[in-house]
Amino acid sequence: MANARPTSGGPATGSAGAEPPLLSVRNLSLDFGSPKGRVHALRDVSLEVPKGRIVGIVGESGCGKSTLASAIIRLLAANAEVVGGSVEFEGQDLMALSERKMRDLRGRRMSMIFQDPMTALNPVRTIEAQMLDIQYREPADEQEKRRRAIAMLDTVGIPDPANRLKAYPHQFSGGMRQRICIAMALLVEPALVLADEPTTALDATLEVQIVNLLKRLQAEMGCSVMFVSHHLGTVAELCDDVVVMYAGEVVESGPVRDIFRNPGHPYTQALLACDPGRIKQKTRELPTIPGEVPNLVSVPHGCIFKSRCREVHDRCEAEVPGVHPVSNERHRAKCHLREPGKAATRAEAKA
Amino acid sequence: MRTSDTTAAEESRAEADTVRGAGALLQTWRLLRRDQLGMLGLVLVVIMVGSAIFADLIVPYDPTQIMVGPRMAPPSWDHLLGTDHLGRDTLSRVIAGGQVAFLVALASLGAALSFGLLLGLTAGFGPQWLDNGFLLLFDGVRAFPVIIFGLATVTLLGPSLWTVIFVVAVTSIPIYARIVRTQTQAMKNNEFIVAERAMGAGTPRILGVHVLPNVIGPLLILASMDVPLVITTEAGLSFLGMGVRPPTPSWGTILNDGYSYIRNSPWPVIAGGIPIVITTLGFTFLGEALRDIFDPKLRKDL
Amino acid sequence: MWIYFTRRLFLALAIVAVAVTLLYVMIHAVPGDPASIMLGPRATPELKAELRAKMGLDEPLPIQILGFFGDLLRGDLGTDVFTGREVGQIVFEKVPFTVTLIATSIGWAALIGIPLGCYSAIRRNTIVDKVTGVLSVSTIAIPSFVMAIYALLIFAVWLKVLPAIGAGAGGLLDTLTHLILPAFAVGVSWVGYLARVVRASMLEVLGENHVRMARAFGLPEKRIVFRYALPIAVLPTITLMGVGVAYLLSGAVFAEVVFARPGIGALIVDAVDSRNYPVVMGCVVVTTTLFVAATTLADLINALLDPRAREG
Repeated sequence: MANARPTSGGPATGSAGAEPPLLSVRNLSLDFGSPKGRVHALRDVSLEVPKGRIVGIVGESGCGKSTLASAIIRLLAANAEVVGGSVEFEGQDLMALSERKMRDLRGRRMSMIFQDPMTALNPVRTIEAQMLDIQYREPADEQEKRRRAIAMLDTVGIPDPANRLKAYPHQFSGGMRQRICIAMALLVEPALVLADEPTTALDATLEVQIVNLLKRLQAEMGCSVMFVSHHLGTVAELCDDVVVMYAGEVVESGPVRDIFRNPGHPYTQALLACDPGRIKQKTRELPTIPGEVPNLVSVPHGCIFKSRCREVHDRCEAEVPGVHPVSNERHRAKCHLREPGKAATRAEAKA
Repeated sequence: MRTSDTTAAEESRAEADTVRGAGALLQTWRLLRRDQLGMLGLVLVVIMVGSAIFADLIVPYDPTQIMVGPRMAPPSWDHLLGTDHLGRDTLSRVIAGGQVAFLVALASLGAALSFGLLLGLTAGFGPQWLDNGFLLLFDGVRAFPVIIFGLATVTLLGPSLWTVIFVVAVTSIPIYARIVRTQTQAMKNNEFIVAERAMGAGTPRILGVHVLPNVIGPLLILASMDVPLVITTEAGLSFLGMGVRPPTPSWGTILNDGYSYIRNSPWPVIAGGIPIVITTLGFTFLGEALRDIFDPKLRKDL
Repeated sequence: MWIYFTRRLFLALAIVAVAVTLLYVMIHAVPGDPASIMLGPRATPELKAELRAKMGLDEPLPIQILGFFGDLLRGDLGTDVFTGREVGQIVFEKVPFTVTLIATSIGWAALIGIPLGCYSAIRRNTIVDKVTGVLSVSTIAIPSFVMAIYALLIFAVWLKVLPAIGAGAGGLLDTLTHLILPAFAVGVSWVGYLARVVRASMLEVLGENHVRMARAFGLPEKRIVFRYALPIAVLPTITLMGVGVAYLLSGAVFAEVVFARPGIGALIVDAVDSRNYPVVMGCVVVTTTLFVAATTLADLINALLDPRAREG
């Protein structure tokens, strides 16, 4: 194989800046063909997933966060087309890789957890068949592969794994099926796990369990996780870094603590204000962000958030904002207000 | 976040309204025009149905008149599809045969639709025991292979046009009734029906105003897709000599006559079979195009 | 699993019972009675009464139906009034011919149609897919009896390459060559039909989430198609083939008439012609039972292949 498995996959939380990142998406743009014209679903998206860290991607439905995950593992719908940018993973550009090479990576160096556990497993194959299938490239014999599958099911908390291995997916509850999917994603010991809203289809209690499970396993195995979610609380709980997306663009990114304490983009601020878990005062109505998501067939000039922004001003109409640091060099926002020199005046005005 | 969801819902509702409104027919036509196979189907259907309606005006000869001219003749300028074993003009018989075919289709599907609606609504809105009883009855009728049931009926009633209509109607009723029943039951628990009930509306009003209009559209499309099946059954029974009686022309009897003399001339069988194929193709293409237009689930986006 | 099997079998028996009862009710609902039909218009009333008594038609309807079911359970389908032979014997003599024809027809259709549909779905929008699409619709549009006549015309009359009449005088090769044309005529529209259904179903399954998941694990495309998608995609085909036996039986009737083959179809047509009412009844009961058995069998095979259906 082209790339040997790195021998030291240990946690690198402390020294994230020193090593090159495991995954870096640079200026990725992607269109969907539709009867109404090309939908520019991702525009100039850049982000990094350092080794051994959990990066959360947040944003409302349709902001392109799931599309981004599909684009990275290159499992896009037939009408999608990457029109620019690169995705560098372990030193190779995934967008330029042949289909064969890409398949070699899938289920080995990267794996994926899907949103809906009820449909993610094949209904007519046993859990055993599916868990052995994904190990098809391993040199181990069947007995050994089965042992690994049982051990992994045990790790994710499936009771009586040796016997349950013979069962079909429909014989498990939704929460159990998602545990099985997580077990499968980690069984192949990937460097990167793409978790595409893995808790959205589950109820709140299960969500907490699954998030805790992911957190524990990530710490044990030291892999990197890209966690896509629209739930701020879950992201705050689980992730090291956060990337906030709006209408196909990254509007803010940085360490989780900085973003939640000192959100730099008006959209992030509004998102946090709408999160029921963070509302302090008593209120009869949940706050919402007024306005509509812009039409992505003909993307408006200037800032993408201008139509819903409370602090919109003249520059936002015509000029695309640059990416500026907020709390520190790693915490950045795509907003005119964060341009060095402006931030101070704005803060004064607020006071 | 919620704002965007509600607007999307409103948009789709607005879209649904335009489809339902007065421009529905026009919009259907516009969508249909983009579908090449659908348009081909429409053209074929119009030709076949048109020639059946105006059969009496366009037949070159009397289709039942035995002529002194050539027998089993190949196509010529006088007889475009040749003549049969009695010297009758095959083209005239084919055109007149279309009249019989569409008469059978219209009568039997009309009867099947009416009875199917009635039984389906009763089963869907009636008590549970009635529903169960009807279901078993429907399955019982459907257990007969159509042609076999047709042959058994012919033994009792004797072969005639009406027997064919009766056979097709009886075997089609359960299919429509079942669909109506399923739709009705789905509608029964619909919120607006429950609300209507709470406001004191009687069953007839609910059935007539709310259920019927929602059920009848898909049913009509389905029935139009069944036209080829009916025509095939009629032609099949007539081919076996168990349908339309001679000398009345039918595509089935033309095939039967041609089959008896197949070693003398291939033209009668060719002429008898082609219209069946064309009609089937026409209704299949048109029906599929219409289904794609009305069933958004199957609509093909890019 | 066994509970499901038993329940399904009981349902099948109930359907046959309802169907036969319906047939009886219909016979009595229509004007004219079998005895006068069989004897023709010139029969004397005494003669009719005698025949009615012989056929048990003078008894009340419920008694007749119960009597018929009683006989049926003993395997007695009545007596042919013309020859005095047992109807059951006459009918079952012909069953193997018809069943062979139907099985061969659906067999070759499935062997070609299912892989074709599968291939079309995988290689969507290629030339093969488009040609298959057009050919499918065209073959579906040609009714089996028209196909039978055209096949007879082309292969037996014009090309003279295949025998047209009968089922052969015995011997495997002879039987097979006599089977080719009828099986072609009955099965050919099923090639198109199955190809279409499998294609649509395969496309649907290939778009499902679990296939995406299998791809996300880098499974080879071949394995995804054959082990993950195909087993699900053929499920509706099996149900369809079960229900399709009704159409195949109709097709067999025509093929047997056109190619002068012995079989239930030819038998029932002769019986209708000669107004041989007991034989017609026997044929209807046997074919209906065959059809219900086929749909039941299809459901059971489905349950065996689909773990979800077993518990349903």
